[in-house]
Amino acid sequence: MTNPYLLDVRGLHKSFGHTEVLAGIDFQVAERELVFVIGPSGSGKSTLLRCCNLLEEPTSGTVTVDGVDLTAPGVDINKMRQRIGMVFQSFNLYPHMTASGNVTLALRKVLKQGRAEAAETALAALERVGMADKAEAFPNELSGGQQQRVAIARALALEPKIMLFDEPTSALDPELVGSVLKVMQDMRESGMTMVVVSHEMQFARAAADRVTFIDGGLIVEEGPPEQMFSNPTFPRTREFLARVAHA
Amino acid sequence: MNDWDRFVFSFFNSDVIEQYLPSIVDGFFLTCLLAIQIVVAGIALGLVLALIRSLKFTPVDLLIVLYADLLRALPPLVLIILFYFALPSVGISMSGFTVVWLTLTLVLGAFAEEIFRAGIVSIDKGQWQAARSTGLTHIQTLISVVLPQAIRITVPPLTNRTIAITKNTALGSVVGVGEILNQATTAQSFSGNASPLMLGAAAYLLLFIPVVVFGRWIETRFAWKRQ
Ligand SMILES: Nc1ncnc2c1ncn2[C@@H]1O[C@H](COP(=O)(O)OP(=O)(O)OP(=O)(O)O)[C@@H](O)[C@H]1O
Ligand SMILES: [Mg+2]
Repeated sequence: MTNPYLLDVRGLHKSFGHTEVLAGIDFQVAERELVFVIGPSGSGKSTLLRCCNLLEEPTSGTVTVDGVDLTAPGVDINKMRQRIGMVFQSFNLYPHMTASGNVTLALRKVLKQGRAEAAETALAALERVGMADKAEAFPNELSGGQQQRVAIARALALEPKIMLFDEPTSALDPELVGSVLKVMQDMRESGMTMVVVSHEMQFARAAADRVTFIDGGLIVEEGPPEQMFSNPTFPRTREFLARVAHA
Repeated sequence: MNDWDRFVFSFFNSDVIEQYLPSIVDGFFLTCLLAIQIVVAGIALGLVLALIRSLKFTPVDLLIVLYADLLRALPPLVLIILFYFALPSVGISMSGFTVVWLTLTLVLGAFAEEIFRAGIVSIDKGQWQAARSTGLTHIQTLISVVLPQAIRITVPPLTNRTIAITKNTALGSVVGVGEILNQATTAQSFSGNASPLMLGAAAYLLLFIPVVVFGRWIETRFAWKRQ
């Protein structure tokens, strides 16, 4: 039973109380693909990402990652989450730990690496995001862009199969956005499978294989970036893109 | 004798002080012993209850809330009297020392649970999401990520509450525990002189001023720049 998709979301519904936030999403991502997810505020983008690693429990539907249905009973979700890296808008670094400590925590607690081995793995991951020289700095001593790169290293160190990005640059000052996009570009070139929620349309044009437009908890349309940006099918997509372009 | 001499004679009488100093010193050490045991057990109890509550087993949560509310509402003296004078009639009798220790531990535990709980829920959801997304379990996240941050927030209120509750060791004088106040009032009635009370007050200062200073130090130590 081989699934051609690394991430395969089927019939995903998610409600909070009586509000349905995701109203039946079918969403597939193949290995090495970079998929951009765009949509208005409150359309359910973050909720979709959080359902992909079960930080949010789907109301119904299935989420299959690397051939394993995460919603099936008896799945070791903590083990599966090692294969699914996640990067947040607000970085969410642990403020009481150094950059290196942020990266080693899961290496030690989840992968059960020893102190020295974990430190070495962490340093290699920090190296990949250009933050090796700040390994001993605390989050409050780092700029937003640096913090976000450490957060990426924290996820990368576990060698995930897929990375989920939830607006990784929206909390950054404009001059710091580039450093984070550069790291994401590098990851893409090294073949990482990525799902990116973001309004960085230029980056989408340059790096995305596919752009998915979500509105009202449903996928309205998806396609290659050139087509989506220059010739979208639905008026809703067009209106949204026009609004974003003016912002 | 003028007024000043009369004042010194009644409150700072060197003969009386000399005679009763040893019993106040005994009281001092007993109070220290009692206070340390209350602080250690009470804070540990509060922490364990707060951790259990964070697991969100609803029936257990309700029990803990009930316990915390009851013990925070009742005056400790009422509990001490209840345990010491009423429990023996159902076959449970404890020494005065044990009763005071148990009561104040339960009271401190109740307050500490609420303080730790408030600290835990004040930690940003993003911290939980980040840790869980890397595969840490709920308990691992709680212990390695959330608690270290929560404890920093809880240090000032916890220190204040701990000091307030350990001062209640003075209630031990009601149930025959030879702590500072008991020694001082006993000495006062034997000598017919108020000087032992002054000694007692000095002993309390000696015991609690270092605790207050330590609390302040720990507060600055644990306050780190928020992002
Ligand atoms: N834990 C929650 N409880 C209740 N409602 C929630 C919860 N999380 C999200 N929602 C609601 O679900 C809807 C979608 O939220 P979501 O964060 O997924 O949107 P989004 O597309 O990421 O928006 P944005 O672009 O503003 O980040 C919103 O209306 C939000 O209020
Ligand atoms: Mg969002």
